[in-house]
Amino acid sequence: MSEISAPTKPGRWRQLAASPGGRAFLALLLVFLVGVLGNADGAFFKIGTHRDALRQASVYGILACGLTLVIISGGIDLSVGSVLALVAVGGAKMAIHWGWSGWLVVPAGLGIGAICGGLAGWITARLRVQPFIATLALMVLARGAAKYASGGMKISTAVKNEAGGYGYVDVPALFRAVDARILGGNLSMVTVIFLTCLALAWLVLAKHRWGRQLYAIGGNEEASRLSGVPVVWAKVGAYVASGIFAGVAGLCQAAQEQQGDPEAGVGYELTAIAMVVIGGTSLMGGRGGMGLTLLGVLTIGYLDKILSINAVPEAGRLMLTGVIIVVAVLTQRRKRS
Amino acid sequence: MGMNREPQITTGVTSEPPLVRLTGITKRFGAVTVLKDVQFEVVAGEVHVLAGENGAGKSTLMKILAGIHTDFEGRIEYSGRAARPRSPLEASALGVAVIHQELSLIGAMSVADNIFLGRAPTRGGFVQDARQQAEAGHWIRQLGLDLDVQEPVERFPIALQQLIEIAKALSQQARVLVMDEPTSALNAPEVEKLFTLIAVLKQRGCGIVYISHKMEEIARIADRITVLRDGAWIGMAKAKELPQRKFIQWMVGRDLGEQFPRRAPHPGAVRLRLENVAVFPDGRSGPPAARGITFQVRAGEILGVGGLQGSGASQLFLGLFGAYGTPVEGRVWLDGRERRFSSPAHAIEAGLVLLTNDRKATGLVLSLSIIANTTLAGLRQMCRAGWRRPAAERTAAEHGARSLHLRAASLELEAGALSGGNQQKVALAKWLQTNPQVLLLDEPTRGIDVAAKREIYQLMDEWTARGMAIVMITSELPELLTLSDRIVVLHRGALAAEFSRAQATPEAILRAAMGQSREPENS
Repeated sequence: MSEISAPTKPGRWRQLAASPGGRAFLALLLVFLVGVLGNADGAFFKIGTHRDALRQASVYGILACGLTLVIISGGIDLSVGSVLALVAVGGAKMAIHWGWSGWLVVPAGLGIGAICGGLAGWITARLRVQPFIATLALMVLARGAAKYASGGMKISTAVKNEAGGYGYVDVPALFRAVDARILGGNLSMVTVIFLTCLALAWLVLAKHRWGRQLYAIGGNEEASRLSGVPVVWAKVGAYVASGIFAGVAGLCQAAQEQQGDPEAGVGYELTAIAMVVIGGTSLMGGRGGMGLTLLGVLTIGYLDKILSINAVPEAGRLMLTGVIIVVAVLTQRRKRS
Repeated sequence: MGMNREPQITTGVTSEPPLVRLTGITKRFGAVTVLKDVQFEVVAGEVHVLAGENGAGKSTLMKILAGIHTDFEGRIEYSGRAARPRSPLEASALGVAVIHQELSLIGAMSVADNIFLGRAPTRGGFVQDARQQAEAGHWIRQLGLDLDVQEPVERFPIALQQLIEIAKALSQQARVLVMDEPTSALNAPEVEKLFTLIAVLKQRGCGIVYISHKMEEIARIADRITVLRDGAWIGMAKAKELPQRKFIQWMVGRDLGEQFPRRAPHPGAVRLRLENVAVFPDGRSGPPAARGITFQVRAGEILGVGGLQGSGASQLFLGLFGAYGTPVEGRVWLDGRERRFSSPAHAIEAGLVLLTNDRKATGLVLSLSIIANTTLAGLRQMCRAGWRRPAAERTAAEHGARSLHLRAASLELEAGALSGGNQQKVALAKWLQTNPQVLLLDEPTRGIDVAAKREIYQLMDEWTARGMAIVMITSELPELLTLSDRIVVLHRGALAAEFSRAQATPEAILRAAMGQSREPENS
């Protein structure tokens, strides 16, 4: 992340465009330029705009952290959006209906995520089912589980009382803490959680043996296996991590909405994958990193915010985002000699 | 199986020009000359065997004939008319078809679709299925086969698929068929079927270029034999007039004088011992790739393993290394202790490592740096509580690079950016870093230049002097003969012969590798 310095000469621009990180940085810069030009009467220069842009990108960003690990190992995880919903429902049920404290809800929620991830990893790495298929199946299964656990209803603070009517209970302390703002209201707690997840994933990838193993497996699984790398465990670990991050995202989502919605997170996996890929992490595995994912998260997050403050309707926003993803991925494509 | 092997046209005496004649063919890859003034021809109705060791230039010559290599010196005549195919498509239009070792059929598509792939009869853009099936059936029957052309190709055994490929070649009006080791995947009855078909093709006036390492096959079907060696034309003779001894001399008779001088070994204790080992790559239900293997290697020794394609030597190495996920059948001792390795990690930990024969596919992670590749196998020991120590990694990689004379601008470079020789050194550095006692080296010098080869020989000499034991597979006879202290030869998964350094001759090794009797000269 720190290797990016402000370029001053045209030659440096070319140099910058030569690396995936540089290209992702240029894409982000371009988005900012659009923001500055179309600043919606100065709204872009208000700190609250940036706080909200980061807040809205954070849940996707947390998913992207886990996905980066999986994608670098040569896999893919389509189940994260559904796991998010399952954990959101479960977390809401535990915190609102059962009145559990945050000290119980958080480990339980992340545990649900870990189990889902472990299942996906086991099917993929051990039973050798293609990760696309295995996690697609889990995506459906977890969505079903979320609907089953919630009875198809949103788990909200409106709770049925003994008389048969509905009464409102307090928003659980955990949800209020996660949805809070800090630094004089200028930074959302979910953004802090996202950055913490990012830092953890960065530590794994850049500093830990496991991270090196994931790069090696993504680069050449057979050569890694023949070098004594515990391929199955390393891959299962990546999916477990992805499931845990999806669990974190689920609790954040529930806290922000103050309810557990079984329909939450539909399509989030695709946005998060787009963020990872726009950053320049290769879908073929073996190359990429968390710094790139941060750039990708900011690019898509800010793009969406800038379009929305300029009152571009949702239809236009979606179409434009699609175009930008294609352009960004085309520029990220490695040129082969 | 009654088959007619009488050629209808007596070879070499017709007044008709040959189907193909190549003269003065010279081919260079950069500064390396791989073919020097080579000549070759095929006449109608003959099987012309093209023989030579690995690297002799056979496939390069055939690639020129098939329009794959277009940049060469020399002249090609097709039925007397000079032409230079500039693409495989042009060569095919000139009547040349190559039946590759790896089939080029599409498994899920039907026989008829495969035969007419890319040139299906159409009307208004729609494939005329009935017509295509009728025509495909015609070509299949021409080969004396009876099969449903609507079935997907993958339903048929590999031998039939090969015949379907031949039908495809015939349907393209091919007159010259190049068969590159066509029997490598076939069992005995299938080989008979192929030979029957070859007789049919000869009668139809086709000429067949047959590349094979198998003596008995060559003796059975060759009409004429051309031998290449180190890219040069050595000789051409009618099969009946070429005694086997002379044939083998033609193939191996090279000057071994200036090869690497191996120091006299000082064998120590037995490091690796195998007793009656069998390897099952596809699990116990599948056929063994090697069986009944018994040998031992001492500290300080290099044991050479000779054998041709399909000898099972590489699978034996993979099995010993635990790469198939189960221990081999039989007994294995490492430094006097009986061991059963069910994963490479176990073998590495015990001091047994394997350099695979394909560094790009199974040796290196090309997208990772030299440092990451060098430390990949020993990463566990190098980490502290799981956290990597970049300084220690760099030191280890620097040490490896220095002792292996690795030439790279930076150790941060991706392994994929290195030359073949330097990539091989990175793969070796990875294994040395784990402090092995026994090195299994599968083709350690494949595809690297002469200077790098010599350096690797030098290193192998040094390592054995330090007490390591090396078992080395190589398909290059000079390498086998100069480096090995002892040599075992495998033929179709079984030990065919064992030689001491003094006993070993190129002829004896090749004879054993081709499945000839053990000591025919003594009898």
